[in-house]
Amino acid sequence: MSARSSAFTPRRLYRPLIYAALIAAAALYLLPVYLLLITSLKSFQEVRLAAMWDLPAGLSLESFVRAWVGNKAQGFTGLAGNFLNSIYLTVPAASISALLGSLNGYVFSKWKFRGSEVLFPAFLFGLFIPYQSILIPLVVVLQKMHLYGTIPGLIFVHVVYGIPITTLIFRNYYASVPTELIEAAKIDGASLLGIYRWVLFPLSLPGFVVTLIWQFTAIWNDFLFGVIVTSRPVVQPITVALNNLAGSYVVEWNVQMAGALITALPTLLVYIFLGRYFVRGLLAGSLKG
Amino acid sequence: MASVTYEHVTKEFGSVVAVNDLNLQIDDKEFLVFVGPSGCGKTTALRLLAGLEELTKGTIKISERVVNDVPPKDRDIAMVFQSYALYPHLSVFENLAFGLKLRKTPKAEIKRRVGDAAEILGITDYLNRKPRQLSGGQRQRVAVGRAIVREPKVFLFDEPLSNLDAKLRVAMRAELSKLHHRLQTTFIYVTHDQTEAMTMASRIAVMNNGVLLQLDTPQNLYDQPQNMFVAGFIGSPAMNFFRARLRKDGGRLLVDSGDFAVPVPAERARQFQNYVDRPVVFGVRPEDIFNPAFTPPGIHAENVEVKVDVTELMGNEIFLYLISGPNIFIARVDPRTNFHIGDTVQVAFNMDNFHLFDPETELAIR
Repeated sequence: MSARSSAFTPRRLYRPLIYAALIAAAALYLLPVYLLLITSLKSFQEVRLAAMWDLPAGLSLESFVRAWVGNKAQGFTGLAGNFLNSIYLTVPAASISALLGSLNGYVFSKWKFRGSEVLFPAFLFGLFIPYQSILIPLVVVLQKMHLYGTIPGLIFVHVVYGIPITTLIFRNYYASVPTELIEAAKIDGASLLGIYRWVLFPLSLPGFVVTLIWQFTAIWNDFLFGVIVTSRPVVQPITVALNNLAGSYVVEWNVQMAGALITALPTLLVYIFLGRYFVRGLLAGSLKG
Repeated sequence: MASVTYEHVTKEFGSVVAVNDLNLQIDDKEFLVFVGPSGCGKTTALRLLAGLEELTKGTIKISERVVNDVPPKDRDIAMVFQSYALYPHLSVFENLAFGLKLRKTPKAEIKRRVGDAAEILGITDYLNRKPRQLSGGQRQRVAVGRAIVREPKVFLFDEPLSNLDAKLRVAMRAELSKLHHRLQTTFIYVTHDQTEAMTMASRIAVMNNGVLLQLDTPQNLYDQPQNMFVAGFIGSPAMNFFRARLRKDGGRLLVDSGDFAVPVPAERARQFQNYVDRPVVFGVRPEDIFNPAFTPPGIHAENVEVKVDVTELMGNEIFLYLISGPNIFIARVDPRTNFHIGDTVQVAFNMDNFHLFDPETELAIR
């Protein structure tokens, strides 16, 4: 059957068309990245709208250096400090929200209690609250907590905002862990937390990979919370600083593009190196052997 | 060493009654098997004892101590799960030692107990392996080993053999019997397989729809089923049932199915007096139907004319699927029998060994 259909059916004729469409779409999406890359390698003199698509005259990493270290004399701060800020922000926020999500997911999937089927959707509701709608109360709360304008404050915001999605991911992941395992541990003498610590946590690596990638990307790329919570440049994450890199009168496009590449690099690397674990983790439940 | 008592135990899941007023006394060192079709409440009964489900009503005692509100870890029980539930990230040794470690057992003691259990089960060579590196039979042994090292008062088994292939299941059955003999501890075992129940149990509790139907030794259950469910569930192939009437014919009492009528031996006729001229269900096991040429001497054999539907040679015996009027039934006959499909033949019912049931209540007529 397959031999006949592959030779004569319309599907075979459509295939080149499908590929052509896919390649065109991919090119369209990659075009800005291409532009970003060639512009960042140009010198300031080369950057003109008319010559936008031209390749750079030579390989100049000057704009990267400028974006990274800045220029004190011109009162222009580089992104280096903000890059570190983003790391100080993203690593703890992603880890803490993943851990909390894992604990929540454990309880929601394996210790269903009276009211848990109401509480869980309430958690999920958090996914649908737009950032913009809570900004004013957010600032007020952070001020009351004396965390406004600090990286710990931003960490706190991202942890809270991350709980719904991390809880959802872990609940679904733990749903694939056989409940008999939990019951065996109960009979063996493990407590609520003991079961988590000794049985479930060691089995959670795929869940943590998925959640950490997700949270790392979301927190690293966040702009809105960063710009609202951190007003002083010294504590701003890199996304906010990148926006401020543009000078008031002249935009140095090559430096701007280099900064954008630097900003995007960590999440890109995470995807490149952990992406397959991401897909595997998402499929872990369905592939249980 | 402990007895187990269920007193008026009821478990409801919403509107579903999984276990309905279960009363049961399990003696110390007994091997009790709960058997019944899936959804009959047998597993729930076991999980209630383990503390994995909460009772709706009633009391469960383990050696005179009420355990209704005692958490599973403090009930001094160990359980073997159908899926084995081995901790996949721990080695076999760590799997066995897990419960002991949590109980802060001294290291030397853990080593000794794990070593002993591994010895008994023949898994000493695999102690450093992970569960996924083991075959189904080996995993099964580890699961049993995890229960043994705890030296509990009561062992609970939830369909532990149903994930094994047929050959291994037979072998493990014998090993569990040996293990019970060796450990001299109370075993409570759940299965849907009546063969497992018959071969291992000291007593069997047959359940259906959450109700305990009969509790007895395997032999009594087989010989004197109290109702049609037990009669049909215990024994393979299952007992044959015929709708029939009891009628008097001269001095004799006949079981009349409409297609055949067989006389009841005089010494058994008395117990059925109340059912004369009333409908009954006539039950006869496949091994109590013979080829007349090979009927053993000394039984009340009554010949009946039937048609052969299918014959299945088993080697040591032949299963005949026979037709009589609307009924298709099975006979296990001598392998020398030479009947063919479509033949009209005589078969002999052993009237010393038949059962009558009330069609309304489905209870045995005694």
